[in-house]
Amino acid sequence: MRYEAPNTIDQAVALLAGEPGEARVLAGGTDLLVQLRTDLIEPVLLVDIKGIPELRQIKEEGGGFRVGAAVTGAELKEHPKLKSVWPGVVEAANLIGSTQIQGRASMGGNLCNGSPAADSVPALIAAGARASIVGPNGRRDLPVEDVMLAPRKLALTKGEIVASFLLPARPARTGDAYLRFIPRTEMDIAVVGCGVCLTLDAGGTCTAARVSLGAVAPRPLLVADAARALIGSKVDDAALKKLDAAARAACQPIDDKRGTREYRIKVAGVLARRAALIALERARKA
Amino acid sequence: MAKHHITATVNGDPVEFLCETEDTLLDCLRDQLGLTGTKEGCATGDCGACSVTVDGRLVCSCLMLGVEAQGKPIATIEGMANGEELHPLQRKFLEHAALQCGVCTPGFLIAAKALLERSPDPTEIEVRYWLAGNLCRCTGYDKIVRAVLDAAAEMRGA
Amino acid sequence: MQEKAKEKPASGFKWVGTRAPRPDGVDKVTGRARFGADFAMQGQLVGKVLRSPHPHARIRSIDVSAAARLPGVKAIVTRDDFKDQPSEFIPAGEMMINYRDVVRNLMAREKALYEGHPVAAVAATTAAIAKQALKLIKVDYEVLPHVIDVVEAMQPGAPILHEDMITAGVEPAPNTPSNVAKRVYVGQGDVAAGFKQADVIVEREFTTKPVHQGYIEPHACVASVSEDGQAELWGTTQGQWIVRAHCARVLGWDISKIRVTSSEIGGGFGGKTVVYLEPIALALARKARRPVKMTMTREEVFRASGPTSGAHMRVKIGARKDGRIVAAEAELRYQAGAFAGSPVQPGAMCAFAPYDLANVSVTGWDVVTNRPKVAAYRAPGAPISEFAVESVIDELATRLGLDPIELRLKNAAKEGTRAAYGPKFGPVGLVETLEAAKAHAHWKTPLGRNQGRGVASGFWFNIGGETSVSMSLNEDGTLSLTAGTPDIGGSRAALVMMAAEELGVDLDKIRIQIGDTGQLGYNFLTGGSRATFSSGMATVEAAREVKKEACRRAAKLWELPEDAVEYTGGAVRPAGPNAGGHAPMTLEDIAGIAGKTGGPIAGYARINAHGAAPSFATHIADVEVDPETGRVTVLRYTAIQDAGRAIHPAYVEGQYQGGVAQGIGWALNEEYIYGDDGRLQNPGFLDYRVPVASDLPMIDTVIVEVPNPRHPYGVRGVGETPIVPPMAAIANAVEQATGIRFTDLPMSPPRVLAALDEARAAERAKI
Repeated sequence: MRYEAPNTIDQAVALLAGEPGEARVLAGGTDLLVQLRTDLIEPVLLVDIKGIPELRQIKEEGGGFRVGAAVTGAELKEHPKLKSVWPGVVEAANLIGSTQIQGRASMGGNLCNGSPAADSVPALIAAGARASIVGPNGRRDLPVEDVMLAPRKLALTKGEIVASFLLPARPARTGDAYLRFIPRTEMDIAVVGCGVCLTLDAGGTCTAARVSLGAVAPRPLLVADAARALIGSKVDDAALKKLDAAARAACQPIDDKRGTREYRIKVAGVLARRAALIALERARKA
Repeated sequence: MAKHHITATVNGDPVEFLCETEDTLLDCLRDQLGLTGTKEGCATGDCGACSVTVDGRLVCSCLMLGVEAQGKPIATIEGMANGEELHPLQRKFLEHAALQCGVCTPGFLIAAKALLERSPDPTEIEVRYWLAGNLCRCTGYDKIVRAVLDAAAEMRGA
Repeated sequence: MQEKAKEKPASGFKWVGTRAPRPDGVDKVTGRARFGADFAMQGQLVGKVLRSPHPHARIRSIDVSAAARLPGVKAIVTRDDFKDQPSEFIPAGEMMINYRDVVRNLMAREKALYEGHPVAAVAATTAAIAKQALKLIKVDYEVLPHVIDVVEAMQPGAPILHEDMITAGVEPAPNTPSNVAKRVYVGQGDVAAGFKQADVIVEREFTTKPVHQGYIEPHACVASVSEDGQAELWGTTQGQWIVRAHCARVLGWDISKIRVTSSEIGGGFGGKTVVYLEPIALALARKARRPVKMTMTREEVFRASGPTSGAHMRVKIGARKDGRIVAAEAELRYQAGAFAGSPVQPGAMCAFAPYDLANVSVTGWDVVTNRPKVAAYRAPGAPISEFAVESVIDELATRLGLDPIELRLKNAAKEGTRAAYGPKFGPVGLVETLEAAKAHAHWKTPLGRNQGRGVASGFWFNIGGETSVSMSLNEDGTLSLTAGTPDIGGSRAALVMMAAEELGVDLDKIRIQIGDTGQLGYNFLTGGSRATFSSGMATVEAAREVKKEACRRAAKLWELPEDAVEYTGGAVRPAGPNAGGHAPMTLEDIAGIAGKTGGPIAGYARINAHGAAPSFATHIADVEVDPETGRVTVLRYTAIQDAGRAIHPAYVEGQYQGGVAQGIGWALNEEYIYGDDGRLQNPGFLDYRVPVASDLPMIDTVIVEVPNPRHPYGVRGVGETPIVPPMAAIANAVEQATGIRFTDLPMSPPRVLAALDEARAAERAKI
């Protein structure tokens, strides 16, 4: 297995596009190394992207933030402004694994690993983040909800890498939150994850919302019906009840060693309500 | 394929070793450099027994490749004491009987040191969540948490 | 580096009862201590095991020829390299073993009986080559139907694992084979008559799942065999002499040819009292004529090393309305894994042991299934049966309108109680732990919404066993102490403290090592909570021998009769009116005259330690249950247990806390998850969910001391009892919080939520 550590994104793209066999991107490695060990994958080339400055930076852009795909969860948490603007996103990234995992894991890796249970993805989707993709045919961008198609299947062609995420400018009176359910208090893969972002008007009515669910379908979902349950309401009990029902209706979960179908459906509704309340609290203070 | 020749710094000393692409930093520390204080408990990043710091950042060395260590400063348990003088965390672990079999202890000490460098006055909850990635099967964590809080107090001069 | 003892010693003692520094502590906080995988030998090869992917299959043939041709492969072993053993059950501490099964478990012979069962092993120059070689070994399996559930395995028509298994303990013996290895029975009195006197009877069924000991250090060893057949083995084990015995037997070598050194051990809890890699490593090392190092991956630890049993149980208890229990009955079905030998016997013995009962009947069934063979796990069998019993006791208390502690006090075992499994108890501390629980602030603290409090008691009988210890007086008056029980939890510290106490010297004058099999006579393994008890007893005896010999030498020097000399206050002194005025001689002085008065001075104890006494406990747990997700959070926990005498209080507390944490994991989230294909789905710490630091509160402990009169310092083993009460304490607390009695473990969130929803639906239906 070869190892390359390019310094520019074009070099990385060229390496990935030019390798006829299986080539993998190495960022934090917290998923990749486990898969290598268990022989789930047998790449002939690893392309380490941590030496590419563009992928490791957080820059303010357009009132929002451009976050390099290989920035670690720990670095996201330490950024002076990001956490206060998009707390849900930062919290989600910092729920991935342990402190040790957060020292290495990145949102780019979390998304491109292609697991429907990835923690940072529902938060990114709820925030309306877009993924900037670089490939042999140039740059393009996609809303984060369109990057993952199915477990381990991405909407990327050979040689394309997710280079960064653009978190939009946060409108006034907007708050985001991410919650996940796990059996312990830490260290588990999400049984259900839910990201909610909502905007209020001066009177406290919700004018915009995005609700995303993870681990309840073959990929993280953007649930339009759940958003509609909130929009136009004051996020009161009635609205939350509708939100709960919409979240549950959107689930297409599986039974596996981490949770049963019925359980995931129920808890999706519960988390949607609870995340919405936190987002509401944040929107009111914003 | 020729092996990678890696030069790095471990506990302040320059080191070099050879490794294959798939060798983890943990493998290299233990097998190439003879630093067996860092342990393998699971090799999948779920137990923290292999904790080290790289560039001051707490990581699982089983989830890093040896090649990624090129040019990096790495700190392991072997470098925690200052000559004969134990680090306050090491002393407090002994004082509080915060170890029984001791195999998870190097990982906990490295992790706790990283915590106190960032957060010199953590609460009990903060200590527990920071250390959630370090498994202990012997102690039930009680004395470990007490030792860390006591070391933090001593290091603050409280 | 001496640290000040932080606590006043138990009355009259200088060291015993203090929190003295542990001898191996500095090595463990600096990374210097060497565990099983930390050792290497020059020129060593890497050994790896090929394991069956099928839970049940006949092995028609094994073709290793392609693997043998791979450059770098130096040896391959299969079933042909181990001697078949006749069937014979031998006691091995708390469990029984049968070498016919031992040799088959370590390397499959006729059949693969579980996914992960070793089928062949390879030694090669690198791990990569060894891995590649395994892929080249061709095994012809005839896949057979499998059975992994204990109740299913007992049904007629279930796939049979061992064609010659005829249930023992049943009259008349069955004439067809089954998966039921044996039936055990523990009882006294007449339960039928007893139940007739009951005003209230509670009867419930319970299930528990197999759980793993969860030691953080995987199995590891390095083996080397010279051309003349002298073998050396370094490895992580709870019993070097046991490893030596097993290896000698299955390889057909003289015991004296094998020398086993135990490394530091990174957790065992009973799971390292058996052999997995060791005979394989020795066999490979012999064939390859080079040392072989073998380690298990975490996945292998889960797939192929023994968990404890899962079980299906029925418990029935009857009481009069004044709270006196009149009859108690249980039926226990324990899963042994692929070979006979679940801990159903100790489970049956302990089930009702906390109570003074005239009428008891416990029937136990040992059942084989296509899963890894179970190994001992901390109080083997008892947490399972006592979970069921303590749950029923709790329900009985509610039905009787009695406080759960009061009900236990009314029936508590005391000195003189005859346990159903045979012995009459000497002084025991159950009542003291119950009274301490009643008086504890925890019992009175108010609770909030969705919160509940549970109490449960527990028992383990503890063992003694064969023990050898040697203590030498060095030329400068310091002492070298060699014990043979690997130190899992701090027993080394306690041994040094007892020795220092006996000899009246400072702790740092005594250096302890854990000896290898070449350095001492036989030592039974560390287990059964026996290390501090048995090695302690032997240490005391060895120290007394040193003192006696010191007196003899001084008497010689002073030309006094031996009874005119005594050892007190850390020195040999003349005693009695006619002894004269000789200056006292310390051990340093005695050491100086040793050569000319007869030679080196040492004490050597070889005993079969008797007098181990049981340890009782009572635990209190507070939980909160999230009614929308079913997640159970442990808010507060207090463990109260009788230690007899706590030689080193901090290590006694540590045993209490560690056992509690394991019990909480067992109660809430730990379980083996199998697919219908008989394959383990969660062989790792990600999905095998042991408690992490943020899952647990501080675990408060209370050490009760009712000294064991049969130990020189009153010690009772404490290591195992702590894991016995938590599952019932938590289940009882959850019942208080939710009104629902959970009888199936683990009480993981999906199960709890499903039960809560069902109860709520039933409520709504009523209205």
